This record gives sequence, structure tokens and C-alpha cells, in this order.
Amino acid sequence: MSLTGRTGGVLMLGSALGGIGLSSLTSTASAMPITDKTDGLGQDLGAFVTIKQDGSVDIICHRAEMGQGILTSVPQIIADELGADWSRVNAVLGNADPKYGNQSTGGSASIRRHFAHIRQMGATARDLLEQAAANKWGVDKSKVKARNHQVVYLDKSLSFGELAEAAAKLPLPDPASLTLKDSADYTLIGKQDIALQGLDSIVTGQATYAQDVQLPGMLIASIERPPVVGGRVKSFDASEAMKIKGVVDIIRLKDRSFPVNVKPMSGVAVLANNTWAAIEGRKKLKIEWDHGVNVSHDSETYKEELIKKVASKGKEARVEGDVYAHTFDSSKTVEATYTVPYHHHMSMETPAATAVIEGDHCRVWSGTQSPQWGKNLVLEELGLDPKTDYDKVEFNTTLMGGAFGRKSKNDFTVEAVELAKASGKAVKVVWSREDDVKHGFYHSTAANYLKAELTDDNRSDNWIQRVVAPPIAWIFDDKTSHLTDGDLSLGFADIPFDIKNLSCETPEVTTHVRTGWLRSVGNINNAFALGSFVDELAAKAGVNTEQMWINLLGEDRTFDPRSEGFKGYTHYGQNDNQDYFLQIARFKEVLREVVAKSGADNKLPEGQGWGISVAASFNSYAAAATKVSVADGKVTVLEMHTAIDCGLVITPDRVRSQMEGAMIMGLSMAMESEITIKDGAVVQNNFHDYPVSRMPQVPDLHVHLVKSDEAPGGVGEPGLPPILPSITNAIYHASGTRIRDLPVKKTLKI
Amino acid sequence: MLKLTLNGKALSLDADPAMPLLYAIRDIAELTGTKFGCGMGLCGACTVHLDGEPIRSCVTPLSAAQDKAITTIEGLANDQAMHPLQAAWVANKVPQCGYCQSGQIMSAAALLEKNASPSDSEIEEAMQGNICRCGTYPRIKKAIKEAASNLQKVKA
Repeated sequence: MSLTGRTGGVLMLGSALGGIGLSSLTSTASAMPITDKTDGLGQDLGAFVTIKQDGSVDIICHRAEMGQGILTSVPQIIADELGADWSRVNAVLGNADPKYGNQSTGGSASIRRHFAHIRQMGATARDLLEQAAANKWGVDKSKVKARNHQVVYLDKSLSFGELAEAAAKLPLPDPASLTLKDSADYTLIGKQDIALQGLDSIVTGQATYAQDVQLPGMLIASIERPPVVGGRVKSFDASEAMKIKGVVDIIRLKDRSFPVNVKPMSGVAVLANNTWAAIEGRKKLKIEWDHGVNVSHDSETYKEELIKKVASKGKEARVEGDVYAHTFDSSKTVEATYTVPYHHHMSMETPAATAVIEGDHCRVWSGTQSPQWGKNLVLEELGLDPKTDYDKVEFNTTLMGGAFGRKSKNDFTVEAVELAKASGKAVKVVWSREDDVKHGFYHSTAANYLKAELTDDNRSDNWIQRVVAPPIAWIFDDKTSHLTDGDLSLGFADIPFDIKNLSCETPEVTTHVRTGWLRSVGNINNAFALGSFVDELAAKAGVNTEQMWINLLGEDRTFDPRSEGFKGYTHYGQNDNQDYFLQIARFKEVLREVVAKSGADNKLPEGQGWGISVAASFNSYAAAATKVSVADGKVTVLEMHTAIDCGLVITPDRVRSQMEGAMIMGLSMAMESEITIKDGAVVQNNFHDYPVSRMPQVPDLHVHLVKSDEAPGGVGEPGLPPILPSITNAIYHASGTRIRDLPVKKTLKI
Repeated sequence: MLKLTLNGKALSLDADPAMPLLYAIRDIAELTGTKFGCGMGLCGACTVHLDGEPIRSCVTPLSAAQDKAITTIEGLANDQAMHPLQAAWVANKVPQCGYCQSGQIMSAAALLEKNASPSDSEIEEAMQGNICRCGTYPRIKKAIKEAASNLQKVKA
């Protein structure tokens, strides 16, 4: 079942998913409900768990689903703690609501930062069921136990369904009184064959994404936006557009000033009763733009400026010893500058949001990673006070057809609300692919400079590194002139090497495009630079790359960058949580694992090469090995491996799928994708000029999960950083060509 | 009035004959399983069958579907709960975000209609027009082979 215009937004819940495998041939495909509204017939046990009349359990997934599999993992953790039978659990996406705690889905944080909180939601519901059973039997709660969808005491048992009504009447337990399961007793966490939530509705076309929302009398909006960031409409003529059959209204969006924030900036919207009419009407608009201050931005010139900037000393982020007092011996020194272009997320689903204002209430449906932030923006847009008017906005989340960081930004949601208010109609804003490519929040183009001198035992005691890129903080404060400590904590100033004299710096920079988080963020360029540079040092020293990593990493130890000169280290939001301090041994372990499993230390025929790299990000450790051939100046990627240590694994298959996806996204980025800017505007348009890997380009992929009892780390992003340098290092070992400027296609045929 | 058959049902549409089929299916017939991805026939998310042939509905005008039969993901399984490809997709846990998968499955179904036992390179050839940004290609390949093999077993 899905949200349709005919039901006017009344929602129904699908039944629990059928079995998987060939049995699905006979099971009834059930659809994904898209909101946390239940049918009112269940018993709520806390905010996350509802026991239905048939005894099945609805469990809220309060984090946004964009393909990472959290729709399975959150209910899985809760169901495990609850003692539920997984085949009778149905996941329900949570709307924006502070009762769920933090819903901002980014930074690979859902599990690594909320695991304990999520478990507590299951334990709360379990405690209520156990208390209800204990009351019925007149025994102490400690004597009874919830397992396999029932509560048992000696030879007696009561099913969850039988207990639900009594349990729902009990007061919620004090969270401090709850005991969480011992990890040895997990029944669902870490299970290999756990059925994934929502697959049946996806493969039958029943799942509801933001683009799929339909409301009665809804208009579709297509918006022409300023080509240059900070530009605005000077004047426009809508007369021809209004003549297109189906076009209902033309609305000029508000002009908004810097900082760009995550809001629309300006534009002209064509509202029509179908998408085609909106598109055709938009083609007829005549708009004169005031391009504003960024019209001279040119990404090629800008990159040259970045390269020049990192050639000189910048603002210090981390200093150990005094590397500038050292005179580098050029015969033992490697010095290199690496550059990456702007990148775009290119989710398969372009941004979309729907809004309708009825009286003093507003209902919104959005495919966003940030439902609560989005809701606050909607309140602000409507001039409502979050303290008194919070419930006047209903903010529904949908599945996202990919997001990769782009959909943390709710500019498209604000557009829908602005247009719903201005038109008085229900409005769905749909972005074309060109809109998406040209009005993104891009991964920052970056230049990384490294200089190091080798010691006689093939380590380094003298090391300088610099990074410069337009900072994401600029979108919130346009006076931002440097990368922040948070940016520098993404695989840069947290460099885990044991180096006596080290200086990590960042020069001043100006920003001219909307920058944003893209899967693994600054780790993309930092890991490309460091992974390439270690390979270059290894080549200079005449040792293999794995050995060079081990030498540079030094002794196994716990590494807290804050006590080694990087006071501003942000630790992926873990603050003083020692469970997540960097462990040098874990870097080495994933590296060893990927080399052993791939055979990357074996000799290859002429023209072929292996490349390896390793990176820690989002509290996880990943190493990659890639094999390529280079013949007649053309690169073919033959095989890719990733070894991942993400601590405790919740859903093993989704860790694998994220690693597979990261390898393929890394392949696209390394080989061919690139956003360029000319006269302030994005040059690319669609998949033909922002190509991403297609099936024939993708080699055999292998994922190796390293068994770990450490605290759970991130999964969505950590796979990506080591991929890019593993590819370019492989190209070097196959051909002797060192790629320092991405994408590869600028240097070699692909 | 344009007349066509959509998932076995006759449909009359009062719409611009130049309107791409995709928008007629989504906005007018309200079947949203067929997805918009690029609007240029580059990504395959909008793949449907027109008289059994896979086409990109985002660049196929409604006029080209006049008096023809269209099958979308919603109509693929016919009277079964799932087409063998859909079942293989679930068994191999293919989807990540899932958005491109309707198009992937429709392309794969057209392939298996013509070639009951495709090789790796035949699968790549048939599927190269379908982009998946999440990176599910290896599993798609595996699921197509598994579905092909299951279909052969059913026939044998």
C-alpha cells in the first residue's frame, strides 16, 4: 500500500513481510508504509514499538533510509532486545518528531552514535511485557523472560499479543532500571541471513519515494533557478509559458541573501497539473538574471589557485616538533600535490518534496536525511514559532532513492512549502536531472600537498602536509575563510603516523559554490592524497606499500590526536568516548587482511598492477586492494577488494552491500566523474557528461569482514576513502604512470 | 483521445500526444513504480515494455504507444505474486535504495524473454543502459542468472 491521492493522505500499514527466496513467489507482496501513523488498533509500548491485534510488531525506524539498510538495522536491534520473532516484525519509517531523539541521518552515525539508545527502546517494551506477564502470574518480574515473541515463566507462556493490552497500561520503566542483553544472547544482531525490511515492496514497484507522493488536486512544480550561486531573477516574462496546456500558475520565488544556508535562493516556478506541462511551460519562460558575485568563478583557474595556496605555509592545525627547523635531504624526500575536482551525489532519485497548507496546518512529505531540521525550516518559512506551533506542521518522511549527503539539505522542501503557500494548492516540487546536477551541494574540489623525508629505516621523522578546499561551513557563514577543525578531522590532521616533526596546515580560501557533505566528505581527497603519497614513499624507499604503511603507523598503540598536537580533533562526534579512540593495530589488521585475501603481494604479468590503501573514518577501518591492467594508455579495472573492521556488525549483508557500493562509487569518482564550473555555472547536465560506472565497467568485487568485538563503527561512508588511491596506485604499478589529478580519464583512456 | 493498454487494462487518455509515456503512467494513471531518473533515456530507471520490447518511457511520446500494450513493474508478475526475477532480486538482497530497480528488473525481464540463459557479457550488454548509483550491479547479475536457472527448472 502506498500513499495515494484517492485516500487523501490516509495511510494504512502493510502486513509483515513474507519469507524471502523462492517462497516469495507465493507470498503476497506487502508494501512499505511510509509514516509512523499506525492504524490506531495497536498497543504502543514506548515510542518505537506497537504490538498489533494479530500479535505482529510494528517497530519505528526513526533514521532516514537512503539505501544503507537502516530500515532493517534499527528495528533489528530493537526486536533483538525485545525478544521478538523477526518474521513478525514490520518496520515503519518515523516522521519528524523529537520523541525519537536525533533523526539527522548522516555521518554514518545511526548505529555508532545511537546503538545504546536504540537498544533501550527495545528493552523498554520488553520490560513492559515482562511486567504485564509477571502481574498476571503474580510473580516477580525478574523470574520471567521475553523470548521468541512470548514471555515465559517455568512451563507457562503468554504471547506478546496476549500481553499487549495490559503492558500498554503500565507506566514506562525508569531507563536506569533496564538491563540490556549480554552480547552472547543476541538472536538477531550480527545474524547473516536476516531478512531485509521493504524488499518486497521495492521489487514490485509499491514502495513510496518522495517523487511518488500524490495528493488530490496536487500541482507539479518545475523551477528555473539562478545558474550562478547568489544570482537572482532580474525580470521575467511568463506569457508564453502560461499558454501551455496544463500550466496553472507561474510563481517567482523569494530572493534570499547570503549565507546560502540550505534554502532556495531565487527562481521562477511553473506549476502545472502534470509534470510534462510544467517542464514544457518552463522551457517557454524568458528570464533575465542578475548573476551576482560568483559569475567569474572558473573551476580550472580555481584549482590552479588551490595548488599555489598549498605550496606555502597555511594556518596550523597540528604541530609536533619543529619540521621547519629541519633541512630536507632532497635525495630522500618526496613532495607531491594531489587534486580532486568538485563532485556531485547523483542519487538516482532527484530531489522532491510535497507540501499542502490547510488552514493553519501544513503537511509535508520529503525525501530527506534531516526530517527534524527540515521541519524547523518549514516552521521558519511559515513564520511559525517552534515552541508554540510545532504541531502545526506534519513532516512525513519517505524512502529516498539515494541521497549520499545531498538530501541532508532541505532546499527542495522549503521550495515546496513556499510554493504551497503562494499558490494555495498542494504542490509537489520535482527536480529534473539537470536541476540536480546544476544546483547541488558539491563535494569540495581540493588540493593536498605532502612533503616527507625518509629515514634510513624507511619511516619518516619530518613531514609537512597541507589541505585547501572551500569549506562546507561557508554555506552557513559566508565569512568562513578556512577549513574547520571538523573538516581537518576527516583523515587529515588525525594522520595516525608516528612522526617526530610534523606540521598539518590549511591555507585561506574563498568559496563560490554551495559546498556540502558527500559520502565520506573530506576523507575523499585526504585519503586519496595520503594513500597515494605512502605509495610514492614506498616506491622511493624500494619497499612494498603495505610495509611502508606499517613502518609509518609505528608501534601498536591507542591514538588520540588531541594529545598529539591536534587539539581541535572532533572524533566524528565521539568526544571523550574511549571506545572509539583510534587503534593502530586495527589499521594494520585490515591492511593485512585485504592483502592476504586479494593476493595483492603476488607478482603480476607485465602491464598489470595491484594498488592498496587504508583509511579510518567514522570510527571504522577499511583497506582496499584493486587490480588493473594498462595497455596502450587504456586502464581496465580487473578486481577490487575491501576489508572492513566496523566493530560489532549489526546487519552483515548491509555492511557487505555498503562496501560493494563504495567500491563502485569510488570507481566512478576515480575514473571519470567531475563537476566543472565556467562563468560561475556548472557545466555538466546529466549522466552523459557526469558519467558514473555502468555494469560492464564494474569488475568482480570482494568484501572481507574482519571479526571484531569493538564498539560498532560507521558503515555507509568508511568504505569509500581507500578506494580512490587503491585504483591510482594500481595504475602506477601497472604502468609507471602516477595519477595525482583526478579523474583518471584526464590522463589515460578508460 | 489516445487509447492504449496498460498492464492488461484498456486506457483512454486525454493528453498531449508528445507527452512522454513516463508522465502519463505516473501522473495520470498514478502508477508510480516506474521512475524518473534522467529524462534523456540515459539511465533506464523508467524502463517499461511496449509490446514486449523494453523502452525508455521518459523519451517515448505517448503517440508511439497508441493502440499498443504497455507493461510496467506493477504488471510484470501477471497473476503471480512475483515474477521469478523479482523473487531472485529479494533472495539475493539486490536493492539498496531500490529506486532504479523497477527499471533494472524490466530490462532483465526483456532480456530473459529473448535469451533464456544469458552469459555474463550478454547480461552486461543488455543491462548497460540501466544505472545504479548504489552499486548493486554484481548482485543484479547474480539474480538474473538465478532467475534464468529457476525458469529453466520450471520449464524442464
